[in-house]
Amino acid sequence: MARPAVRVAVVGAGPAGAFSAAQLRSWGVGEIDLFERLPTPWGLLRGGVAPDHQEIKRLEQTFDRQTLGRGCRLLANVEVGTDISHAELMEHYNAVVYATGAQTDKSLGIPGEDLPGSWAATEFVAWYNGHPDHREREFDLSGKRAVVIGNGNVAADVVRLLTRDLGELERTDVADHALDALRDSQIEEVVVLGRRGPAQAAFTSAELRELGNLDGVDIVVDPADVELDPVSREWLDEEGTFTARKNVELLREFAAREPTGAARRIVLRFLSSPVAIRGGDRVEAIDVRRNEIVRSGDGSLRARATDDPVETIECGLVLRSVGYRAVPLPDVPFDENYYVLPNDRGRVLAADGEPLPGVYAVGWIKRGPTGILGTNKRDAAETVARVVEDIEAGGLPDPPKGGDDLDALLAERKPDLVGVDGWRSINEQELEAGRSADRPRVKLASRDELLSATKPAQPA
Amino acid sequence: MAYVIIGSCIKDDSCIEVCPVDCIHPKPGDPDFESAEQLYIDPVECIDCDACVEACPVDAIYAEAWTPEKDQYAIELNAEFFLQRAARDGAPA
Repeated sequence: MARPAVRVAVVGAGPAGAFSAAQLRSWGVGEIDLFERLPTPWGLLRGGVAPDHQEIKRLEQTFDRQTLGRGCRLLANVEVGTDISHAELMEHYNAVVYATGAQTDKSLGIPGEDLPGSWAATEFVAWYNGHPDHREREFDLSGKRAVVIGNGNVAADVVRLLTRDLGELERTDVADHALDALRDSQIEEVVVLGRRGPAQAAFTSAELRELGNLDGVDIVVDPADVELDPVSREWLDEEGTFTARKNVELLREFAAREPTGAARRIVLRFLSSPVAIRGGDRVEAIDVRRNEIVRSGDGSLRARATDDPVETIECGLVLRSVGYRAVPLPDVPFDENYYVLPNDRGRVLAADGEPLPGVYAVGWIKRGPTGILGTNKRDAAETVARVVEDIEAGGLPDPPKGGDDLDALLAERKPDLVGVDGWRSINEQELEAGRSADRPRVKLASRDELLSATKPAQPA
Repeated sequence: MAYVIIGSCIKDDSCIEVCPVDCIHPKPGDPDFESAEQLYIDPVECIDCDACVEACPVDAIYAEAWTPEKDQYAIELNAEFFLQRAARDGAPA
């Protein structure tokens, strides 16, 4: 069956955008352009997923095959809102799907948060993953102790990167500048602070198990911390998830371990909230308050501060990992309470609550920063179903301009646009450098290097 | 023997879509789906057909005998998920 000729722009080539483009293509949308701010596609799959989780990065091959391999165009190194406006997109496409993710981090709101040496964990992640905007950052790893605030997957990733054996990291695609810095790291101990108790830790059991299995690293858990309070014990028995029960089992096993005197240590502490980060001209210590678990009115378990004296932990580096947060897009409605584009199952809503014709959202900018990679596939299915409904109902706007007009506009404004061929050239050069170094890939980590690699390498 | 899903599962449901005996859980819509950190294969129901291995985009599924050393824990974990689920639902394990 012939599908109506429709042009769709997907803004953001991360997992949510890639799944959406793949599904739109598979349904039969003829022209799909994948806009991307960076010179490289696949978003957090390239720039977020930890280098020692290389197997997950194989999803790139699926994304490539289902999108670029099936005729979707890549328009990378183009920032929507800066290089081209929302209104201009609407002039050239029947539909625009925003998949821009959550580009900043939540703050803790405590004194000293902005002292040098206190970073959002996501900045550290972007740096070791070779994100070109973070190439010049310098993390001071000269102190003996680092503190990681938070218990989620990003926290687990940065803890592993700070403690993992260098020989193992050298066989990954971790950015070379990060490898150099980590080689000189003096960090011996990483203290991980969880606001709630072991039963409520946001780690997956796979992440915890991995922290407990690192070569040359001891994991330390205070046996008193894994003695669950009555509220948590009842919750775990009655409602606890499979993961929560596994986590408590693992943490009890860690608590029973004798330290081996390994060169590095991970200390997992629970029921601990930072109240201040202290230091003169840079981080010197963090003040931590003890919490207890209480059941709140809605039945959920939350942490409540106790009157115990505040404890001071000396440290030279603080990585804050308490969640991502989306930022508004110019000229597109934004929900300031939930930090998402206001939407009904993917249809972006105007201030009057009515759908904005032809404007959609998917991924973290639609539902908030939750879920794992595969969550975006189901999320994309929901949004793509709305696009398809609107196509079939004839409800999409008819743009006054077409593909040639867009190409002319971009050629004028973005001569250094990276298309499919440019990206393939970057990819091939990174993979080739990886093959010679016995690594999966050697990343080009600055915008200049990436852009010069868009031309095929000259034979030496 | 059975197949086993390891911790690098990204829950994209590709395996569920191809499993001919519906032995991969939890499934979207199940009450324990959102909280599950990965999907699991019921070793009692699995017929070793290999379809899920082919479908998985991140190679997170192995035949039990070929599960890498560091992921061997997952053999028991997959089985245990179904035992706990059955116990919780009051259904026979």
